[in-house]
Amino acid sequence: MNAKLLGFLLAAGLSAIAASATADDIAGVFKVVNGGVSVLRQGATLPATVGMAVYQSDQIVTGSDGSAGITFEDNALLSLGPSSRLALDRFAFNTTTHDGAFETTLSSGKLAVVSGKIAHHQLDAMKVRTPSSILGVRGTKFLVEVGGS
Amino acid sequence: MNARILLPALALLLAACAGPDRIVLLPDNEGKVGKLNVSNAGGETLLDSAYATANAKGDRKAEAGRTDAGTVNQQFGVVLAALPPAPVSYTLYFTSDTDELTADSRALAPAILAEIGKFPAAEVVVIGHTDTQGSDDYNDKLSLDRARAVKRQLIALGFDATRIAVAGRGKRELMVVTKDDVAEPRNRRAEVMVR
Repeated sequence: MNAKLLGFLLAAGLSAIAASATADDIAGVFKVVNGGVSVLRQGATLPATVGMAVYQSDQIVTGSDGSAGITFEDNALLSLGPSSRLALDRFAFNTTTHDGAFETTLSSGKLAVVSGKIAHHQLDAMKVRTPSSILGVRGTKFLVEVGGS
Repeated sequence: MNARILLPALALLLAACAGPDRIVLLPDNEGKVGKLNVSNAGGETLLDSAYATANAKGDRKAEAGRTDAGTVNQQFGVVLAALPPAPVSYTLYFTSDTDELTADSRALAPAILAEIGKFPAAEVVVIGHTDTQGSDDYNDKLSLDRARAVKRQLIALGFDATRIAVAGRGKRELMVVTKDDVAEPRNRRAEVMVR
């Protein structure tokens, strides 16, 4: 391996590290907050407010009187009904190429989704997990309810 | 039976009584219907028509079914009502080789601002474009200048500067495809996306 190639690989490695270090880029913004809604982030519980940013690894929890709506960077729209819990496992979006990944887990309650540019650009880049299944999203608008009665 | 046995037994019973996970595919706001692939250890179920449903529980393959708009509103009305408004976008046009809006586009600004006002915690993304006259570098700069000019106008009308993002795409994304070095008014534009 020559020095030029090594230098290139090192630079590529460093930029990959830099890219992963910016994982706290904003994923979305709360547009609707009704009743009790909180965000679990790095061990803290924060009350959700309209305009508050959402990041990868956040969990969103609604109370029995709560509901919430979030618009994501790829223009996807998500909302949660009462007594719901959603984990934002992974969110990445390249605004130039529209490559990305959007993975969530609904462990209780109800979820409504209008998918955005990530799902439009790439088959199965958007996924929703439930206790029983994995949903591969190929567009566009859908509902999910976990273990209702 | 003592409480130590009873409680776990009760929890098991409750888990067994809980309904299946339920998935419903809806037509979108334009009436188009997408596709969902519901998979687990039991197999895959594809939903590809309006109001198609899948009920999934444990490791069994999800069961396909169908519902209707009335039932959906009854069961999911609260969560549907919490969906944020769909993003909208506008196209503004510029006079040749400048970051000055055409008179028609300038007249649109108040209507756009009124629309922005309807969005909770509104965010605006402005992307500038050019026609194919001039070099790549020149047009990259011109397209960004156009986006910034729109941003300045929105700020002058009272919109929060921190909620506007700008980008220039030069002559990469033509509205009307032309050969290089062709004047085309429809390509001298900025997309204003509001969400």
